[in-house]
Amino acid sequence: MLAHAPALTVLVPLLAAPLSLVFVKSRHCWIFCLLVTCASLVLSSLMLGQILDTGTIIYTMGGWPAPWGIEYRVDLLNGFVLLLVSLLGFIVMMAADSSLEKEIDTDKRKFFYSSYLLCLTGMLGITATGDAFNVFVFLEISSLSTYTLIAMGKDRKALWASYQYLIMGTIGATFILIGIGLMYAMTGTLNMHDLSIRLPEVENTRTVFTAFAFFMVGVCLKLALFPLHLWLPNAYTYAPSIVSALIAATATKVAVYVMLRFVFTIFGIEFSFEHMPLQEVLIALGVAGVLTSSIIAIYQTNLKRLAAYSSVAQVGYMIIGFAIGNVTGLTATILHLFNHALMKGALFLAMAGIMYRLGHVEIKNLQGLGRTMPLTMAAFVVGGLSLIGVPLTVGFVSKWYLVLGIIEQGWWLLAVLVLFGSLLALIYIWRVIEIAYFSPPNASTSQVSEAPAMILIPTWILVLGNIYFGIDTDLTVGITSLAAQSLFGVSP
Amino acid sequence: MITAFVISRSTDLLASIMLTGIFSLLSAVFFVLMDAVDVAFTEAAVGAGISTILMLATTSLIGQHYERRPTRHIPVYALIVVVVTGSLLVYGTMDMPVFGNVDTPVQQHVAPRYLNQSGDEIGIPNVVTSVLASYRGFDTFGETVVIFTAGLGVLTLLGFRRTEHQKNKNVIAAMYPHKILRVIGSLLIPPIMLFALYVQFHGDFGPGGGFQAGVIFAVAIILHSMLFGLAKTRRIFKDRSIYLAAGAGVLLYGGVGIVSMLKGGDFLDYSVLLSNAVSGQHIGILLVELGVGLTVATVMLIIYFNFSGRADHQHEDKT
Repeated sequence: MLAHAPALTVLVPLLAAPLSLVFVKSRHCWIFCLLVTCASLVLSSLMLGQILDTGTIIYTMGGWPAPWGIEYRVDLLNGFVLLLVSLLGFIVMMAADSSLEKEIDTDKRKFFYSSYLLCLTGMLGITATGDAFNVFVFLEISSLSTYTLIAMGKDRKALWASYQYLIMGTIGATFILIGIGLMYAMTGTLNMHDLSIRLPEVENTRTVFTAFAFFMVGVCLKLALFPLHLWLPNAYTYAPSIVSALIAATATKVAVYVMLRFVFTIFGIEFSFEHMPLQEVLIALGVAGVLTSSIIAIYQTNLKRLAAYSSVAQVGYMIIGFAIGNVTGLTATILHLFNHALMKGALFLAMAGIMYRLGHVEIKNLQGLGRTMPLTMAAFVVGGLSLIGVPLTVGFVSKWYLVLGIIEQGWWLLAVLVLFGSLLALIYIWRVIEIAYFSPPNASTSQVSEAPAMILIPTWILVLGNIYFGIDTDLTVGITSLAAQSLFGVSP
Repeated sequence: MITAFVISRSTDLLASIMLTGIFSLLSAVFFVLMDAVDVAFTEAAVGAGISTILMLATTSLIGQHYERRPTRHIPVYALIVVVVTGSLLVYGTMDMPVFGNVDTPVQQHVAPRYLNQSGDEIGIPNVVTSVLASYRGFDTFGETVVIFTAGLGVLTLLGFRRTEHQKNKNVIAAMYPHKILRVIGSLLIPPIMLFALYVQFHGDFGPGGGFQAGVIFAVAIILHSMLFGLAKTRRIFKDRSIYLAAGAGVLLYGGVGIVSMLKGGDFLDYSVLLSNAVSGQHIGILLVELGVGLTVATVMLIIYFNFSGRADHQHEDKT
């Protein structure tokens, strides 16, 4: 059974998606999906354990050896991302049943669950595969299902948000496809490992340069790197709360993973950083993204939109981390993938709780919520502190490594700018805290009670995760630094 | 080129749709010239066939003309982006190996095994089918899931609006009360279905396969609904059974993979299905193509029914 783990991690949610349509009652469907996501989580954690023991796992689809067939090649990096995605997929799913009660009609819920599983499948598939074209196929699955999920939002603006994302996402996917197509034309192979061997032979051609450019722009659209982030705020704001939580916690992470995989494994560090002005461009965009989006976030009136802009800023940190080009920086990026998933998962689930009780997340109407919904708001505060990077939270750990990596290069100005970004985060989180805790409840907030248990439990699992991994960093830092070293080709 | 330009300038949506159909047919001709008959077949069936029908269904919903309103927004940035992208593409292709050259990496690396050994390893004459369904069968599985996802999306967002008053009013059933059309149409539907089945099962030997067959089969049913009214067709093909069938297609494909896993092979390793590896490949490909066909046909129906279902509603609201 374990030998099939790489395939099954992806296949279990995939095959469950059509099966979930059979259910008549949405509650049954939810329990089924919960079991499915749990199975996927168990498989991916077993797999990561096996990778730590024995190294990279290779699984050939259809029994055809690569490059003729498609293979799954799971090493520490994507094993870690697989665990992240399936973990968040499971935890967010726990809150789905309660949260959907208020946001989606009963007869649509099973379609929601089916799309949710497909979205998860897509992201897991992108991460597990060792084949460049297969990435595109699963990208399509995850994108299409995400468009559906976003459009299911209660507000009619959700349709427009979804449409915007559809156009931008399709452009991104097409660019990625053009990139992959050009690589195929130059090497005759689609297998990533094979590409990494054959590309250096032809790397000084315009076609490979173009392939690289197209691919990078496409992925940057998908991971919402400033200034290609325009689809993201609307999508996060108008999507159903559960969907916001899922995609905020996982989707951009998977895109960052794809970028790391292509830059480090396929094109190689030498090509990406020496032949291409990748470092300069990415650091400039990353810093611009961190500062601009943090400042925009300060002026938001809608809590979800605030968190969305903060996500764009966080993507900026991840990009800076690997663009500085040393092992510590890369460790910070991979670490931040996980840590940011924990923070944003907690924040968006807390918002799902607020949405459940109040039906909106307008910041100015959250007065006194700290008193009437203490647990939800406490979760929000811890998530927010983590976002700022306060010690004893995960946010601090990844910022710490990021700043260390920058100082290793001796770029003091960049380090100051990154810390300034944290200061901006402090401002936008403080605005919410001030209203929720230091003003008396208004007519609507004084009526509400605490969010339902099935939203609170997953929220607090993530909150505790934020604190636990902020104190005990052995596990996460251990795995990520090993992954970063292997990407740099340094033997540990 | 000219067709594409005219499409972008035309204000008559009907004309645009017809032109996109022509555009697809022309592309199909190009594909035939490049010896990619399977791709040409798909382009003809999907691009010129079903998507034209779907776009027509949409125009019946939103009206045929649109006015060219003077906009203050001048898309200069868009133009710059397009020009930069276009020139980058041209720049990139300058170093590309010459098309059709035997020495190119594409011809040298992976393809020789597909061409020379697929006959022994899989044993079917159509190499394209071997690659699609077996060597890269997992991609095709993924594509089937993509189609399923698309159908699910349309169903989720557009479905659930039909109910009682459609049962009461079967006026729309006589949407096109033309006797001649009906008679000729009735004559056409069975052969189209038969042709779809032929394409489905002959995919191993000639161009064709699940994707094309599914589309053609769906066209036959769509034709029925155009002639005899959507309500009648929907009475035969119930919504729930359609989407369950779409799921069943995916499950059939995946199920073949799971069975091969249980028999000790990897996912989608058809060779272990039967004691003889080549017959195993045969039966595996046959089954997965059937799954693809089922999903594609039902998803096309889902899309068409839900789009034109809305048109019917609008029509009813007016009357």
